Amino acid sequence: MLQGIAFYLLATVAVVSALLVVTARNPVHSVLFLILAFFSSAGLFVLLGAEFLAMLLVVVYVGAVAVLFLFVVMMLDVDFVRLREGFARYLPFALVIAAVLLTEMILISLAVVNGGAAAGLDTLTPATPEASNIEVIGRVLYTDYVYIFQAAGIVLLIAMIGAIVLTLRHKPGVKRQSVATQVGRDAKTAIEIKAAVTGAGLNPEELR
Amino acid sequence: MDPTTSFWTTPVGWTLATTGAIVLVTVGVLISVAFLLLADRKIWAAVMMRKGPNVVGPFGLLQSFADMIKFVLKEIVVPAGADKAVFLLAPIITVITAFIVWAVIPFAPGWVISDLNVGILYVFAISSLGVYGIIMGGWASNSKYPFLGSLRSAAQMVSYEVSIGLVIVNVIILAGTMNLTAIVLQQQGWIWNWFAFGGGAGTWPTVLVMFPMAIIFFVSALAETNRPPFDLPEAESELVAGYQVEYSSTPYLLFMMGEYVNIIFMCAMISLLFFGGWNPGFDVSLIGLETWPEWAANLFYLVVLSLKIVFWFFMFAMVKTFVPRYRYDQLMRLGWKIFLPTSLVAVVAVSAWRVFVVGS
Repeated sequence: MLQGIAFYLLATVAVVSALLVVTARNPVHSVLFLILAFFSSAGLFVLLGAEFLAMLLVVVYVGAVAVLFLFVVMMLDVDFVRLREGFARYLPFALVIAAVLLTEMILISLAVVNGGAAAGLDTLTPATPEASNIEVIGRVLYTDYVYIFQAAGIVLLIAMIGAIVLTLRHKPGVKRQSVATQVGRDAKTAIEIKAAVTGAGLNPEELR
Repeated sequence: MDPTTSFWTTPVGWTLATTGAIVLVTVGVLISVAFLLLADRKIWAAVMMRKGPNVVGPFGLLQSFADMIKFVLKEIVVPAGADKAVFLLAPIITVITAFIVWAVIPFAPGWVISDLNVGILYVFAISSLGVYGIIMGGWASNSKYPFLGSLRSAAQMVSYEVSIGLVIVNVIILAGTMNLTAIVLQQQGWIWNWFAFGGGAGTWPTVLVMFPMAIIFFVSALAETNRPPFDLPEAESELVAGYQVEYSSTPYLLFMMGEYVNIIFMCAMISLLFFGGWNPGFDVSLIGLETWPEWAANLFYLVVLSLKIVFWFFMFAMVKTFVPRYRYDQLMRLGWKIFLPTSLVAVVAVSAWRVFVVGS
């Protein structure tokens, strides 16, 4: 019963906050509701016994992706009036996409309920009952699907390098701190000692 | 089956026991915050050859409580044009995330609220939520200085989380588990079994990697908790007080409290992951600990862990007194160009040792 209450609570919060993401007037509020939706779906994962996925969802999406979202949205100067203008124009298009998504989700849910493609397989249950789901996921990811997993890693690496290449600018004339040069300085290279003659006075042209 | 054990396993009994444990940990942490905050100020004062707070109570021991009462009794000022809900939510989120991470901290064998087997990931997930309090506070204030402070802090905390994560991966690889209790149990016995010193027989050569990792963790923890020399989100010389400029009274108190709870938590994490947790660093059979009653042994372990936490807090306070503040580009350089590659290489080295020398 307790699990049922927790499920309905988390599911309601997830659905309501997802709705508020698109209806909130202030984009920062939208992102905050998005974070709440992520967080409640992490709670649903915990209820399913997939605590590893739940923690990953929070670490990756809430802890990193959503922070960057928030970062960008806060810095943007959003014109709310212009944002509202396109609403009626894009509404039919949005409805079509929403309908497609809804059908897909219903189909997927039906497949999950019926066991889906894995209906006849017994690999869905962990090999040993005491193995935690980190171990099981690790075993599947690094033995059965190791090449696909590595390929996914390489795709991400290439995307990262691409982003850096696109945005990297070497501006000439910008003064930067060179730590190696700073640390490498010693008394010989950093200062110059001149012998001053006592009582000779100062000649301004010699000082330069 | 005697009636006491059966009661504590029923849903009602379990709820009561867990609630009791939560209250106990929360109150314990709150009281230690009060005294460690005073210790912080006293250490700072001592280095500067001042006396520090010494008026309220003997040696100023009650100063933190006086401060708390002062903050609570003041008026809450919400700036005009501030986003009121987010403005007031921010300190609450800070303080809640600061407290709920303590749920997985084992204080002694078995003395833990929730013995999760993804304990470290839980800690990592919740501490990554802590940044929201600061960003929301800075943005909702509708003012320039807090906003700049919160943006700085968002970038800073996200950067240093990466290196903290990779450093923790080293410990996970050595321990072979993410359960904090199991990690501490693996560091039993003599001092060289602590993960900072390589983790004992078989993996002792990893001390070459693990000790620098412990130092990197300590420095990253300073950055993660916005402590000097990385207190750029507050940077009073340029941003007045950063993200908390507009806060007064209880919301400010909550921010302050969350910050200190986080600092103590980071001290606890260093002790648990690298410096043996509750293990005193010598074979406990030397003092005949196995013949002690369980509660006494656990109390002994709790004292050991607390001493380690206090030691690391002392180190935090000392760093605050004598290291000048970093410039922002230096901070980013340290995080991304030095700590991240170093800890990445360390992960490769430790896992290579684990696979090729120790074997699976």
